[in-house]
Amino acid sequence: MSLAVELSGVSFAYRAGYDVLENVDLEVGEGEFVAIAGPNGGGKTTLVRIVLGLERPSQGTASLYGEPAHRFSRRRTLGYLAQRSELGGDAPATVCEVVSAGRLAAGGLLGPLRRRDRELVAEAIARVGLTELADTPVRTLSGGMQQRAFIAKALAGEPSILVLDEPTTGVDAESQESLAALLSRLHSELGATILYVSHEFGAVEHFVERLVLVRRTIVFDGVPQSLPGVWHDPSHVHA
Amino acid sequence: MLESEFMRLALGAGAVVGVLSPAVGFFLVQRRQSLVGDGIGHVAFAGVAAGILLDISPILTALVAALLGGIAIEFLRSKGKTAGDQALALVFYTGIAAGVVLISAAGALDVDLFQYLFGSILTVTRTDLAVIAGLGAVGLTTVGLLYRPLAGIVIDEEGARVAGVPIGALNVIVAALAAVTVALSMRVVGILLVAALMVLPVSAASRIAWSMRSTFLLSISVGLASVLVGLTISYYADLPPGGTIVLAAAGAFGLALGASALRGR
Repeated sequence: MSLAVELSGVSFAYRAGYDVLENVDLEVGEGEFVAIAGPNGGGKTTLVRIVLGLERPSQGTASLYGEPAHRFSRRRTLGYLAQRSELGGDAPATVCEVVSAGRLAAGGLLGPLRRRDRELVAEAIARVGLTELADTPVRTLSGGMQQRAFIAKALAGEPSILVLDEPTTGVDAESQESLAALLSRLHSELGATILYVSHEFGAVEHFVERLVLVRRTIVFDGVPQSLPGVWHDPSHVHA
Repeated sequence: MLESEFMRLALGAGAVVGVLSPAVGFFLVQRRQSLVGDGIGHVAFAGVAAGILLDISPILTALVAALLGGIAIEFLRSKGKTAGDQALALVFYTGIAAGVVLISAAGALDVDLFQYLFGSILTVTRTDLAVIAGLGAVGLTTVGLLYRPLAGIVIDEEGARVAGVPIGALNVIVAALAAVTVALSMRVVGILLVAALMVLPVSAASRIAWSMRSTFLLSISVGLASVLVGLTISYYADLPPGGTIVLAAAGAFGLALGASALRGR
């Protein structure tokens, strides 16, 4: 299995002397579904921003398919659902318009979308079960439905790496389960590498193959079933 | 009204600005940068003053100053050196202060600045109309070709950045489009009201539209209608055209708000 993501000796500080990440080593193989969990402020979001090349480590190296992450040549194959994703602007963008934005990099910038791009948009909307709501403004949907629309947007770009940062924030428990099942199905259908970031690892460990626990550095990396019981105690996790 | 050539020219110039202003303003309003047009307008005032001082066409120097101001605002904002509103304030006040100093240096404080501050659409010549129509066509073609990426950035700028969309270049293009729009709108509504046609039609359309694309198209319709209605009222009621056009756009916003409230019942 070739490596999709490789972090080696990565440290990062927004301010000198205050490391958010310290000496992180992480390898993610192509097609793996990995949950990156840990307490709030533990460095999870910073870690994925380094993976995506949005931040550069103060020490160490970050690579995507062997290339430096910040200069990765196939960026159009990266799908990203940012933390607390919400629609920009006041205009009532529909599900179809939001998902179409996911074809920006792959479908070219000038003029309207071509037929093939429109088909991929419709396919992505169908995959998340929103076909009937394609012309509905996203803001009028529930939190869970909105997240589905954003996941479809990321899927429309046919990503080889999909990064979802806290996709269940603000979503009710039932929708969280349903989103988890959807991601599990999409992973087996698409074979993309998925990094799923969450501070509630209890919610994700049922459907991922590998759990990485981050608290400034990696404190656990393995199958969720082998996670020591002490990490299920919130007082220990957040200490 | 249409038998007077000055009104035909005014309606032609107004129609171009009425369509272009909301088409460009749409992307500024959606990105919470509604006052960028105003900031650029104040820099354009410095350009007008420089033109008077150097005895060059004030419209040309205003266009150059507006382009520089627009790009400066975008640079200060995107590099994170200054918060968006502070970047705007910096350009805003520097522009107006430079304008006052330059006008004074030209010994031209007695010049009729009103035509620049409040517009002079009834003095538009055939040559002016050709320039306005030419630059307007370039602006509208650019917006038409780049609608999708510009709308995509409004929807999710960070996602587009990760996927390698050239955000910086597109933002500079929006700033340049805003500058051209400001320079053209100066003749229609004046520097002090220059941003109104970029903002009010978009705000009105957002209240009643059902999608992003319909908001964009409705904004343009409201902008065009505001100019035509405003000019017509100003002709028959003998009112200043610039102010009347902006009041028509404000009235359209009020109507849209009412329609939205009725629909919500």
